[in-house]
Amino acid sequence: MAEVTLPPSLRDVEPVRSVRTPARLDYQFTAGDATSRFLRNVARKRIVGQRAPGGRVYVPPRGADPELGQPTPEEVEVAQVGTVTSFCVVNLQFYGSVMEIPYVSALILLDGADLSIMHLIQEVPADEVRIGMRVEAVWRADAEVEPTLESITWFRPTGEPDDADVRIPGEDHGTGLGSWVGGVAPTAALVRNPRTGQGGPGGAT
Amino acid sequence: MSPPPDPDEVLSAPLTIEYPFTRTTGPVVGAFLTGLREGVLVGIRAGDGRVIVPPVEFDPATGEDLTEIVEVGPAGTVVTAAWVATPHAKHPLGDPFAWALITLDGADTPLLHAVAAEGPGAVGPGTRVVPRWAAEREGHISDIACFVPEGSA
Amino acid sequence: MRDVAVISVAQTRHRRRVRELNEVEMLMPAVHGALDQVGMTIDDIGFTCSGSTDYLAGVGFSFVSTLDAVGPWPPIQESHVEMDGAWALYEAWVKLQLGEVDTALVYSYAKSSPGDLPMVLTRQLDPVTVAPLWADSISLAALQAQALIDAGKATEAQMAEVAARSRAAALGNPHAQLAWDRPAAELLEAEPLVGPLRRHDCPPISDGAAAVVLAAGDAARERVERPAWIRGIDHRIESIHLGLRDLTVSESTRLAAQRAGVADGPVDVAELHAPFTHQELILRHALGLADDVAVNPSGGALAANPMMTAGLIRIGEVATRIAAGEADRGVAHATSGPCLQQNLVCVLEGEG
Repeated sequence: MAEVTLPPSLRDVEPVRSVRTPARLDYQFTAGDATSRFLRNVARKRIVGQRAPGGRVYVPPRGADPELGQPTPEEVEVAQVGTVTSFCVVNLQFYGSVMEIPYVSALILLDGADLSIMHLIQEVPADEVRIGMRVEAVWRADAEVEPTLESITWFRPTGEPDDADVRIPGEDHGTGLGSWVGGVAPTAALVRNPRTGQGGPGGAT
Repeated sequence: MSPPPDPDEVLSAPLTIEYPFTRTTGPVVGAFLTGLREGVLVGIRAGDGRVIVPPVEFDPATGEDLTEIVEVGPAGTVVTAAWVATPHAKHPLGDPFAWALITLDGADTPLLHAVAAEGPGAVGPGTRVVPRWAAEREGHISDIACFVPEGSA
Repeated sequence: MRDVAVISVAQTRHRRRVRELNEVEMLMPAVHGALDQVGMTIDDIGFTCSGSTDYLAGVGFSFVSTLDAVGPWPPIQESHVEMDGAWALYEAWVKLQLGEVDTALVYSYAKSSPGDLPMVLTRQLDPVTVAPLWADSISLAALQAQALIDAGKATEAQMAEVAARSRAAALGNPHAQLAWDRPAAELLEAEPLVGPLRRHDCPPISDGAAAVVLAAGDAARERVERPAWIRGIDHRIESIHLGLRDLTVSESTRLAAQRAGVADGPVDVAELHAPFTHQELILRHALGLADDVAVNPSGGALAANPMMTAGLIRIGEVATRIAAGEADRGVAHATSGPCLQQNLVCVLEGEG
């Protein structure tokens, strides 16, 4: 960009180079049907998902099956114990976080569910957390249980033997395009179509 | 599954989103903001000779770089005004006021700002206005607290 | 150019506040309605494109989670515009012109109720010189209306006539949010909201969704008896700086209309996306519509104005009338941005 020429009144003053433009917008967020049902059940110390026509149980539910694009009309209570399907050890203090580092954030597949929820794992050293570990929900004191997932303070190991054959949600319907499965190059045939039943591991091709 | 909940029973919660942006201005918009801090209003001369306020980096007709910052105002003439009977908490003024497009003296395009006036009849096309500067200025559009009809400052 | 048609249209009943549904739950009936009407599933769709903006409900990347309504598995070809769905339809039309796909799903949705819509919309203004003043959408429209009145191009009475006619027409629109039958003269007795605009001059704040299916050539003819063929479509944008625009005209609409070929034949019906009454007067002029053209038989954006959706609905309303044989040739218009900053014009025909 070419140099600008300034009028005499602005020639000998420190130029403004940046400007504060903070903006605050206030909303009243509404949860909708599926999330309201889920959180109201949490307030009763129950974890309730929704089953899609294809059989998958989504926890937390969003009211739609993201594969079929169909409503998930059936409510299903799932267990409060599950299996760690993946995790990470957090060694950074994020803005606004009250957690002491290091801590473990994990994906947990509750028994009876087909979608992992994300939550904390505590009451075990961070370096002992592993995929396949069995964990259970630890609730706040009854008087403090509210319609928020924070009513579960964290998950902790149950002491059961690990699930050696941990199921990663979605693995049965084929991986995304671009993934290799069992040494086989990715093709559309590896992806199961939930509407037609075609494709995917073991499916018709 | 039971039927959908009554809309009033759906959970809701306040959600506030804040964007704490600080923007770099570049020399052209920077000159406008520098002027505001110094109590001077400026525009930029376009290829066809018109003076554009607030200044723009590029000629609106040709896209050419523009470079000649020129002083305008501080008084100006209202082109169009709209009367806000019930100001919003975020608006620049708490009392009823007018939004106005104001062509500053020496400028060829109007600037949007608020005008403090007695009522909707006190501000309209042709009304002469002058800026009322904020007590503390930092190089921000709100360094002009508002405009007021000439003679009422 | 390939022949591309709108073959299916669906929309929700628009409401001031949809609390009991999240965005996915609200959108699903529109998407499924549009697909089901022509016996299609997402597997029959070559390209999907949506329009929405996350600022409305304050939910970041909501357009990603609303894809759940479509069933995007196996992975689909998809795109999104932070614009009215009419622009998503334009993108899909371009994709169909490329010849790689024969069908497209276009949808858009808005939950404006969680936020303070006129203030949310200030985020589309110049971020340094205008947005910090919180010059809301109604205030800016009021400045445009006053400029129009000062120029002798409109009167408050004419604006009230637009309001009265649109809301009365909305009585026949099952999707409308705001419909009533009151004489224009009575409307003028109300106090201005932001002068010169009165409440009746402004659109309702709406939550709602809409979806459209496009198909090319035989893919359209095989599925419906009377496709609404897109004969011309064009969009244009004007400066973000209000001071650089003549607010009393819509040059971008005039140019888009010219490019889309509005004047190349008779117009039986026009659906104009004019959120504020005076904007219909500007648009009629810019489009060169004759006085006898039926404008906004649905009630237009004054009957329901789901953001990012009301423009797509205008195309849908014209297509629906053509499909029903009520019109042979129609014009649809969509707008985005303050004071008609961006405009899209689409010409649809029932024959050929």
